[in-house]
Amino acid sequence: MPNFSTNEFKPGLKVMLDGDPCSILENEFVKPGKGQAFNRVKLRNLKSGRVWERTFKSGDTLEGADIMDVDLEYSYTDGEFWHFMDPSTYEQYGADRDAVGEAEKWLKEQERYEITLYNGTPLAVTPPNFIELEITETDPGLKGDTAQGGSKPATLSTGAVVRVPLFITEGEVIRVDTRTGEYVSRASKS
Amino acid sequence: MSKWLPSASPESLAARADLLQALRRFFCDRGVMEVETPLLSQGTVPDAGIDVFRLPGKSDEPDRYLQTSPESAMKRLLAAGSGDIFQICKAFRQGEAGHNHNPEFTLLEWYRVCWDHVALIREVAELLGAVLDSDGWQVWPYRALFVEVLGVDPLDEQTSLAALTAIAESRIGSVPHGLDCDALLDLLMSHCIEPEISGWGVVFITDFPASQAAMARCVSVGNMDVAARFECYVHGKELANGYWEQTDANGLSAQLQAENKRRQQRGLPQRPIDERLLAAHRQSLPECAGVALGVDRLLAVKLGANNLGEIISFCWDSA
Repeated sequence: MPNFSTNEFKPGLKVMLDGDPCSILENEFVKPGKGQAFNRVKLRNLKSGRVWERTFKSGDTLEGADIMDVDLEYSYTDGEFWHFMDPSTYEQYGADRDAVGEAEKWLKEQERYEITLYNGTPLAVTPPNFIELEITETDPGLKGDTAQGGSKPATLSTGAVVRVPLFITEGEVIRVDTRTGEYVSRASKS
Repeated sequence: MSKWLPSASPESLAARADLLQALRRFFCDRGVMEVETPLLSQGTVPDAGIDVFRLPGKSDEPDRYLQTSPESAMKRLLAAGSGDIFQICKAFRQGEAGHNHNPEFTLLEWYRVCWDHVALIREVAELLGAVLDSDGWQVWPYRALFVEVLGVDPLDEQTSLAALTAIAESRIGSVPHGLDCDALLDLLMSHCIEPEISGWGVVFITDFPASQAAMARCVSVGNMDVAARFECYVHGKELANGYWEQTDANGLSAQLQAENKRRQQRGLPQRPIDERLLAAHRQSLPECAGVALGVDRLLAVKLGANNLGEIISFCWDSA
């Protein structure tokens, strides 16, 4: 991979730092009146998700990280790996538990996910912002409660549990915001 | 669609026009003559902290450099007997882009014959008083400021590089590798001291380490040589940099060569020594003090803008 100099550190650039792939979030040029210039850089460690703040001498370089984001279709899990497929090439990628992480509870077959590949291996799985899932289990709603507030837990086909309004029943398909884990609406189709 | 609109608001453009007029009036009232000098010169500065824009010459034309400040040309005017002069012009420093930096920026630079840096500090304070309505200012020797803010005397022989590194690490986390002593002091100044003095109003820092003299002369303060230099900070933002000028040609020549050596140590290309400047020094550079003040930052402070892009008509990315 090529090296990148501090003046090329733009948000989104993927670089290697302390052996881990990182994504640049911010880069601020800092210089006293005369003398040595520095760059104060915020990076997200793509393995741990943690945000690092580092100061570099201006002109210092970091090696680029072989990071690629691809859209893949979820196929199945064998318990150890979660398998995704490139729908155009049929190429298969196995993501381990670390890579799947929180996304596990939003994995639905044939749905597309953004997979971050590091040296060709899945590093992270990002679900679409909104996903439609069937309710497999929830208490029956009370009659007459259709318009009021109030909510109850509902288990979805993927195993995720979200809070839904009382009028939602088992077997319905709902739209969920995967970033917050919140119910959005009933799915449009019936 | 490409972004063609100015990055500055109409109000800030008007405020800039007013500021430029006020600055010219300030110097006109004091009998300081406005001058113009070339932006493109055959000579440049060896300053290791400055990356210059170089324009290759065609066939046997020499390379030319966009000025990083009008210092050299203005000193040649002084040596030719101009008397007190000021200039408002563009200066260029490659790679310096950020909230407080634009690679092309506006400088106000002026020289006072027979003055020292102490007299010039007073005039800078008066200028800031006139355009910012600020009153009062503080003067801090470099060492005293470090002791006050960081509890360490950077010029004490007992203070080790490791001790300075430890202070930087405790304040900002990680410290880049391979910093020499001056670079480490620059790190402490820009990362630890600047934020601390942002609530202090107008602050002048004087008596810099002799190793950071640039083109200032060195004077003896309490058995130690310090650079007769000052920097002016307003709300923690560095606005101006002034010198009691080095008039000894041999001293200046040695300082320029030392700067080229520092470039070599940091793996930077050498710069040609500005022989015309040295010749002017040898001939007759009068005793004088000079200061360069960033007009864009002055306007940003005046308007409370946090980003220079808000007050430059077309900032670097949209220029």
